[in-house]
Amino acid sequence: MDKTSEDVRLNSLTEKLRLRLDGDQLTNCMRCGFCLPACPTFAETGIEAESPRGRIALMKAVKDGIMAPDVAFEEQMNHCLGCRACEPACPADVKYGQLIEQARDAIEDHTKTHRGWVKLVRHTAFQTIFPNQKRVRWMGKGLRFYQTSGMRTLARKTGAMKMFPKHMREMEEILPDVAVQGVVEQIGILHPAKGEKIATVALFRGCLMDVLFADTNIHTVDLLTEAGFEVVIPEQQNCCGAMHAHSGEIEGARSLARSNISIFKAAGVDYIVSNAGGCGALLLEYDHLLHEDEQWKDDAMWFAERVIDVSDLLVRMGRLLVFSEREENQCVRITYQDSCHLRNVMRSSDAPRRLMRQVTGVEFVEMKEAERCCGSAGTYTLTQPVMSGQILDHKMEHVRATDAQYLLTSNPGCLLQMMHGINQHGLNGQMKAVHIVDFLHERMCGQDE
Amino acid sequence: MLKPEVKCELIAILGESYVKDDMQSRVTHSYDGTPMLQSLPDAVIYPYNTQQVSEVMKVLSRQRIPVIGRGSGTNLCGGTVPVLGGVVMVMHRMNQILEVDMENLTASVQPGLNTKQFTTHVEQLGLFYPPDPSSMSISTIGGNIAECSGGLRGLKYGTTKDYVIGLEAVLANGDIIRTGGKLMKDVAGYDLTKLLVGSEGTLAIITEATLKLVPPPKYKKTMLAMYKDLNGAARTVSKIIENRIIPATLEILDNSTIRVVDAFANLGLPLQMEAILLIEQDGEIESVERDIASITAICHSEQAEQISVAESAEEAERLLTARRSAFTALARLRPTTILEDATVPRSKIADMIIEINRIAAKHQVQICTFGHAGDGNLHPTALTDARNTDEIHRVEAAFEEIFEAAISLGGTITGEHGVGMVKAPFLEWKIGRSGIEVMKAIKHAFDPFNILNPGKVFAKESRKRVVIDRG
Ligand SMILES: Cc1cc2nc3c(=O)[nH]c(=O)nc-3n(C[C@H](O)[C@H](O)[C@H](O)COP(=O)(O)OP(=O)(O)OC[C@H]3O[C@@H](n4cnc5c(N)ncnc54)[C@H](O)[C@@H]3O)c2cc1C
Ligand code: SF4
Ligand code: SF4
Repeated sequence: MDKTSEDVRLNSLTEKLRLRLDGDQLTNCMRCGFCLPACPTFAETGIEAESPRGRIALMKAVKDGIMAPDVAFEEQMNHCLGCRACEPACPADVKYGQLIEQARDAIEDHTKTHRGWVKLVRHTAFQTIFPNQKRVRWMGKGLRFYQTSGMRTLARKTGAMKMFPKHMREMEEILPDVAVQGVVEQIGILHPAKGEKIATVALFRGCLMDVLFADTNIHTVDLLTEAGFEVVIPEQQNCCGAMHAHSGEIEGARSLARSNISIFKAAGVDYIVSNAGGCGALLLEYDHLLHEDEQWKDDAMWFAERVIDVSDLLVRMGRLLVFSEREENQCVRITYQDSCHLRNVMRSSDAPRRLMRQVTGVEFVEMKEAERCCGSAGTYTLTQPVMSGQILDHKMEHVRATDAQYLLTSNPGCLLQMMHGINQHGLNGQMKAVHIVDFLHERMCGQDE
Repeated sequence: MLKPEVKCELIAILGESYVKDDMQSRVTHSYDGTPMLQSLPDAVIYPYNTQQVSEVMKVLSRQRIPVIGRGSGTNLCGGTVPVLGGVVMVMHRMNQILEVDMENLTASVQPGLNTKQFTTHVEQLGLFYPPDPSSMSISTIGGNIAECSGGLRGLKYGTTKDYVIGLEAVLANGDIIRTGGKLMKDVAGYDLTKLLVGSEGTLAIITEATLKLVPPPKYKKTMLAMYKDLNGAARTVSKIIENRIIPATLEILDNSTIRVVDAFANLGLPLQMEAILLIEQDGEIESVERDIASITAICHSEQAEQISVAESAEEAERLLTARRSAFTALARLRPTTILEDATVPRSKIADMIIEINRIAAKHQVQICTFGHAGDGNLHPTALTDARNTDEIHRVEAAFEEIFEAAISLGGTITGEHGVGMVKAPFLEWKIGRSGIEVMKAIKHAFDPFNILNPGKVFAKESRKRVVIDRG
């Protein structure tokens, strides 16, 4: 690009950022720095620009015309994990998550820094596959074919995998085997409560979740019905749109939100239960996503008010689950990695811990910095492999120090990242990463009799 | 911008990655915790050891380039805003605990060390470093020393100055000096250690500190007393001290703060109360119990409406919530929160709060007051919006009168936040012309070319608060 066209690009990006960035939120930041210790990228680098306060200052400087949104600015916005640990730490309640989404949304329209493959991957994923549950399944089938047909073995043996960047290769190694069918195909739509019914809830089955971790969805239904909830799984539901929103494709996220809202509204349920922190957090913020949409904002509010994480619902309203005292379960040591969005946006960190402590014969040990992001953060592993790897390395030191046999999480992205970490740090055979729902399910009374 | 040859010299000393003059680095070092102030530096540098600091200072002093030491930039007086440009020297890479001497009960640390990390470290060794600014989870030891930070425990345990017994510092010309040491007694010449503590980065760059540690208290107890009459609360504070009881913590919240905190944290506080006192005592079990009983009696004699003494750690936590939520609650109400720092003799607390309320009403601005009643250090906090120029001017006028009132009650313009840019115009009120002259002479002796944090402490014009309006 020559000088003038670069100027034109910068000018129109500046305009867009000025328009999109919320001036109130930027002014609300009083620069106290309370968010600094919470931020993983600041912890890794110690550089002000890599902190929430620094990123907000950069956004404000662009809005105020002090600085152009140059490549360094763009990169800094992409460096943020979006883990939102800065939000609960902020005394002034600055909505950092909204600011970073606004910045990324503006950048996405103008960027030239993404390498071709990132754009291509994003485009295919966001516009073609994720908006449509059938296509997600179909992609899952492709992956399954790859995994079971001998292609995977062939690819690994012949070294064809070497074509891909290292971090993608490593991720491929840990991908769990894809389920042939999703939760609805396997167990149907309606599931009555065991015993007296407490409430009717809808399961948000997620897209990746339902392909890679369909069993977890089934187990979630079991836990819920056991605890007294009637569960429906609206079949037409879509991807939540989190990946779109976090990568600056806000319109895509909005259209998915509208469709989900109308589907769940039609189901007329008391709660909408999620078992993936990343999805749950966006579902919870549908009201914000659509707050400027006169036609949808009331329904969005209806929806957002009903979203709850499975652990929270079980602890707050469910009948106490009974866990069996099987001998082989004695003296199992477990630890827990918080899902950032579950903790920082859905503000649920106590409920999963309470559930884990209820399991008989199991010792729960708190890992150091369990609340800190594991570096997975949606597509971050793929787009920022260096920082992601560094964060993961620190995380695994703390994981190793717990000496646990099970590392539990509450979100598929974190779960994959933890599997990857265990693999990479040679902890295979010593410990297993498992979704909290699966762990509870396995130990719940009356399960495999 | 830095001249290319200067940049080259700095890179030769520090390495390419540690000399930054891109816009991103400059913007993110143009501010600190002070609302509304902002000014771009020419460059940002990250030294790793004393030798590097010394060599850098030689270059900068030869070139007469301003240098601003920076910890975490949490100060509230504009202390790290590079008003005249120059180089911001970030101390974060110098963050090691060099030694904890268990025999002498001292620790040697680098200035970029996080205060909370340090206190946690010594606690694990069974020792105690009492200074506890509310910003300790972010701020650095170097920043604490340069500002002489205090905290909730100031009344009984003193502030940072009482724990710094030795320093290593680099002068403007690059010379390295050492003051004090592990000695508890040292009267060899002028006390340069105490002079550097609170010098706000204007006399030297601190590169190492020797800190005094003490044994931790064995036991503590927390209580809350609520008053319908502000004077009752103030008399309680005086009477406690008069009775020779020095609580570890003695904090006050005024009525407007109580209302805001209650609306935020839903604590069910009685809103008609004019003041709440939060009191904590620590030490040996028997003496703590005795003190708490005496304090309770004093509270009763001063017509406290309600007194709660915590029976357990959880209960104590609950009582502390009101004080802890104060800042958060205030920060959420309006976009811009200006936390100030006026201090009076503790017997004058009620007078000061009444004055603050009168002044706020007069200028039609919202000011809530809370702070360290035990040491008279109040934090009148204005809730405003930086974009509302008219209101900001009224806030400024109000603060000017508040500082005036503090001085006329025998107080001072800052108890712990420092002078920096914000209080500079008022300094002469407090210490007089001759005071300023002596301070300037000292400054000249340390820093003849005025390159160390210029534009701070001494104002060109006195009595006018400088605020750079930014839309
Ligand atoms: C919400 C909030 C609460 C606060 N509560 C308190 C409180 O309770 N008590 C209190 O006293 N303060 C408080 N402060 C103010 C502030 O946190 C303190 O002044 C703190 O000591 C600053 O430390 P810092 O590391 O951020 O230093 P900075 O803000 O980076 O620097 C402060 C000053 O020190 C100088 N400096 C820093 N490092 C060096 C060095 N190595 N050598 C020479 N000069 C140096 C700088 O030039 C500057 O003048 C609070 C601030 C905030 C935002
Ligand atoms: S979202 Fe996470 S990584 Fe981004 S600024 Fe906030 S704390 Fe840091
Ligand atoms: S904690 Fe909030 S107000 Fe303070 S610097 Fe961070 S974002 Fe700004």
